[in-house]
Amino acid sequence: MHRYFKPVLVLACLIPLGRLVWLGLHAGLSANPIEFITHSTGDWTLTFLLVTLAVTPLRKLTRQYWLISYRRMLGLFAFFYGCLHLMTYVWLDKFFDVHEMLVDIGKRKYITAGMTAFTLMIPLALTSTKWSIRKLGGKRWQALHRLIYFSALAGVIHYIWLVKADLKKPLEYASVLGVLLAYRVFFWIRERATPDGKATVPEIPSKSMKRNAAELP
Amino acid sequence: MLIKKAEDIRSSEITPKQLYVNRRAFLAQAAMAGTVIAAGVGLREAISPSNTVFAGNKIDGIKKSSFSTTETVTPYNDVTHYNNYYEFGTEKTDPAEMAKSFRPRPWKVKIDGLVEKKMELDVDEIIKMAPAEERIYRHRCVEAWSIVVPWVGFSLSELIKRVKPTNKAQYVEFTTLLDPSRMPGQRRSVLDWPYKEGLRMDEAMNPLALLCFGMYGEELPNQDGAPLRIVLPWKYGFKSAKAIVQIRFTEKQPINTWNVSAPNEYGFYANVNPGVDHPRWSQAKERRLGEFLKRPTLMFNGYGDQVASLYSGMDLKKNF
Repeated sequence: MHRYFKPVLVLACLIPLGRLVWLGLHAGLSANPIEFITHSTGDWTLTFLLVTLAVTPLRKLTRQYWLISYRRMLGLFAFFYGCLHLMTYVWLDKFFDVHEMLVDIGKRKYITAGMTAFTLMIPLALTSTKWSIRKLGGKRWQALHRLIYFSALAGVIHYIWLVKADLKKPLEYASVLGVLLAYRVFFWIRERATPDGKATVPEIPSKSMKRNAAELP
Repeated sequence: MLIKKAEDIRSSEITPKQLYVNRRAFLAQAAMAGTVIAAGVGLREAISPSNTVFAGNKIDGIKKSSFSTTETVTPYNDVTHYNNYYEFGTEKTDPAEMAKSFRPRPWKVKIDGLVEKKMELDVDEIIKMAPAEERIYRHRCVEAWSIVVPWVGFSLSELIKRVKPTNKAQYVEFTTLLDPSRMPGQRRSVLDWPYKEGLRMDEAMNPLALLCFGMYGEELPNQDGAPLRIVLPWKYGFKSAKAIVQIRFTEKQPINTWNVSAPNEYGFYANVNPGVDHPRWSQAKERRLGEFLKRPTLMFNGYGDQVASLYSGMDLKKNF
């Protein structure tokens, strides 16, 4: 790929944050800025999770195998916006009131789900380095990183459980996630159906993912 | 006591047009870049409305009221651009945008049920029934945010006395306009339209219960319930039905829309109560729009002196 692609992509991934800063400086964060920031960072966390999950299907369907080299960065941006989302809650919403937050986590289903989604992202962010892949070995690293499926699921459930009546937006996320997960289930079943485990299809998740790991920059 | 006049608020609150224009350009660019990375998901979030709607017409001869709070009034622009009015969309910014072309005249209000004489009144006849008062009330949303609004209207009891409900009438029910062609939010069945709300008769007769047709010294803006709504400052905001076309007196407790939608989350009474949590969030604190830290929520939203006696002997945890 073109050598400017990566820096351009990094900047593009920072646009949601830049937008918030810009709106903040121009009194554009609505009458309830804290809610606006909470919703915006939450939306972008989910969006980046889904985009990260879209990389594998996309590169196979389009045969644009170079896409894999940007997956880690997209995943880290999901974690980045997740951190901002959590910080908004901890700082701006609860003002570091630990007791109140613990009550929330125990009592409110959607907070429990949200915290689960975030917690599951932590080991993925920590083991995103090349060193970690080597240390863990491709197979174990890959198994660990399947946690992203559960993180995304918990994230979508978090959203579904928090809305009052209008499920449209959370269900949009849910359906995109559904497609992305169905793709994986489909290939998993197909791979298992092949007798000797060596698929007739060139691209099966486990094989390609192992290669993906090695391909990481 | 600081009461801003509407015209003062207007000139200072409006963001210069240049900023809106720039913001739009920025949003357009952001949206384009966003498409690449987001594949369309999450984009709706990037689109926000910007225009200011003013109802415009001043109401003359408004009297002051001893029920008014001396707390700082929330800016007009915040009150009119951040609210729930699902008939015009489910986002807080939707009503201001989607209610722009709504026409609140001509407007008839049907008064029926257990009354001596059923009738249909023009909204302008109702407005003239009693002298207009300004009531600066705290207004607490069930979602834990709050505002302070200078409403204009008169006590609902003024109307009730005039229409003479019979002895059998125990409750009063309010129905919002049902017209998906004028209320685009009704084209989706997010709630069971038309929106209905109700009060017990003694609640409705309490002088705090306001029949409202204006705010900030002007006619109600479309997005805040024009031409006629109720305002019940000791109850969560959803009790205060907007764009009312029917007032019906009944013997049985009327249904209320949010209660039908989620009975374990929204009750019939919906009195502001910091001690009874919404199942999904705490009601102990609230964010007053414009303030950084949350403030404690007051029992009956601070109107206990006027209304607590209505509920003596009732278990408010059960009758939430």
